[in-house]
Amino acid sequence: MRHKTFFWFFLPTGLAMLLFIALPIVSVVTQSIFAPHPAVLVEVESCTPLVGCTTETTIDQDATAALRAEKPLGRFVGLDIYLDRGHLAVQELGEIWAANDSWAGFFSDLSNLPFYRAMAFTLTFTFIVTPLTIVMGLVIALAINSLHRHLKGLLIFFSLLPMIVTPLIGSMILFWMIDSRGIIGTALVGLAGDPDFSLKASTGLMWVALMVYGVWHAAPFAFVVFYAGLQTLPGDQLEAAQIDGASRWQQVKYVIVPHLMPLVTFVALIQLMDNFKVFEPIVGFNAAAHAQSLSYFVFNDMSGETRQLSSASATSVITIIGVAILLSPVLVRTWRDFKGAK
Amino acid sequence: MASRAQRMPKSLRIATTLFVILWFVIAAFPFAWTVWGSFKVELDFFSIADWTNGFTGERTKAVYGSAFTGAGYEGAWIQEEFWRSVINTGIVCFFVVTISLTLGTLGGYALSRSSHNYTFWLLMTALIFRAMPPITLVSGYLLPFYEWNLWGILPTTIIVLVAINQPFTLWMLHSFFKNIPSELDESAKVDGCNQFQAFRRVIIPVMWPGVITTGLFSFLLAYNDFAVSVMLLSESNRTMVPAIAAFLGTTQTEGNVMFAVAAVVSATVPLFILVMFFQRQIVGGLTAGAVKG
Repeated sequence: MRHKTFFWFFLPTGLAMLLFIALPIVSVVTQSIFAPHPAVLVEVESCTPLVGCTTETTIDQDATAALRAEKPLGRFVGLDIYLDRGHLAVQELGEIWAANDSWAGFFSDLSNLPFYRAMAFTLTFTFIVTPLTIVMGLVIALAINSLHRHLKGLLIFFSLLPMIVTPLIGSMILFWMIDSRGIIGTALVGLAGDPDFSLKASTGLMWVALMVYGVWHAAPFAFVVFYAGLQTLPGDQLEAAQIDGASRWQQVKYVIVPHLMPLVTFVALIQLMDNFKVFEPIVGFNAAAHAQSLSYFVFNDMSGETRQLSSASATSVITIIGVAILLSPVLVRTWRDFKGAK
Repeated sequence: MASRAQRMPKSLRIATTLFVILWFVIAAFPFAWTVWGSFKVELDFFSIADWTNGFTGERTKAVYGSAFTGAGYEGAWIQEEFWRSVINTGIVCFFVVTISLTLGTLGGYALSRSSHNYTFWLLMTALIFRAMPPITLVSGYLLPFYEWNLWGILPTTIIVLVAINQPFTLWMLHSFFKNIPSELDESAKVDGCNQFQAFRRVIIPVMWPGVITTGLFSFLLAYNDFAVSVMLLSESNRTMVPAIAAFLGTTQTEGNVMFAVAAVVSATVPLFILVMFFQRQIVGGLTAGAVKG
């Protein structure tokens, strides 16, 4: 295809992505290095007879408006927002480092810093949910594949539901069940033998609940992909393995899993990207007191009464860098493949 | 497959059956329970006294004289005007799907038929865009949208969702068009068509299966989105998902959780129907990307 033809075909979609993805990234980066102007304060000395003179500090509305009009971006602060207490907290980090001799103490102090807590949750969620999803999806695929074909269609239908449902709605449905008055919550109270037992009260249990939701939501995707892979499984390889006396477990380990390996990589890549975005379950579970993710951190900054755009932008930029790091092995590999194909 | 050697030993067969049943319950029971419970009063759905109340609806009988009540639905749809959000969601989904597919087919087709270096870079950029959490972009939208008075209205949200949707649509349609032999449009060009005519007369008639599958996923993205629509839509223009989130904030205190439960069930029904009719396309779409690698 000639360059010119390509250009016209690609223009509409390219323009949409340029205007609403690329430019906003630029604008987010810009906002993160500018802070809003503080109000201009003036000291006014007011003297009244008998009482004497007092000085009052008031906001000079005109001067503030003029300053904001003159420099609408705000004042340039460089990386200050990135390094402040709400984000990377470099100064606090140094103090914690100096104050602690052991790693345990260092990490427990570190978890008092909100940004690092969000980071810790996001990474834990990503790296626990992704492998569990893959294992769960594989087991479901193997189990359903061994069923009679009339049952398969029905089970695939029901298996798709947790994935297709709106994440916020799915997490709310689960949350209502694990609520201390909900059906699973009541059962857990019975099991724990403690009438005051509540998932909502414990940070650890809340993290577990969020991860259970994550696996519940994502396992169907892994299942569908692996199930499709199982349909293309070469029958002769499996037979050869059987003739050689491979047990069922050995067949899975040495024939089926290697056959599915490219699909495992694919699912892992998609899941890493999606789990790193984790956001809706925290809203649905009302779990912000126990667990915040990077996305929730951004959301929280923006949705308050005072929209802290600079702070939200700084977190956004750090999140985007995180995504790029997660994705870099894939990018490098694809680049090599592309070079090799030429 | 059913050769004698493949047959499972009995213990494994039982274990597999048990696991499938367990998975079936895990996948389906939450939905069944919520649909069932949406016709009850709050004290049955959240029962401290006796969990069997949720099944039998004791308190619902006491209040309404029957084990089922539509009070939650009435409260959500009429009192809280949930129907407005339903209409808004309909508008947003319709336009997001049509615009995404129009832009995406053109772009995806171009990417699949060009072998220049920049094709690779465009696809990689799209992959990075696809991986970014949409909420990270929102703080970049807010100031300009306030400034130009674009904030809060449906068209803005539609175009933003279209843009966020493009990377995925491009990848999907790109790999789909790759499977259509380029000899088809090449021969049309030999017969005197230009590229666009070849696209229109030769490719469009055969592209529908891929477009329908991609359209389903665009629909799901628009329908399921929370992060963007909650930040970009004003209260009167809310779509379903932000409206349900708002229910939680306002109704939990008033003791009308059942409104939210009813709204959640109402919003899940279209998805249910979608899976019923398009199960094959959804499964096909999920695996198409995987098989390509």
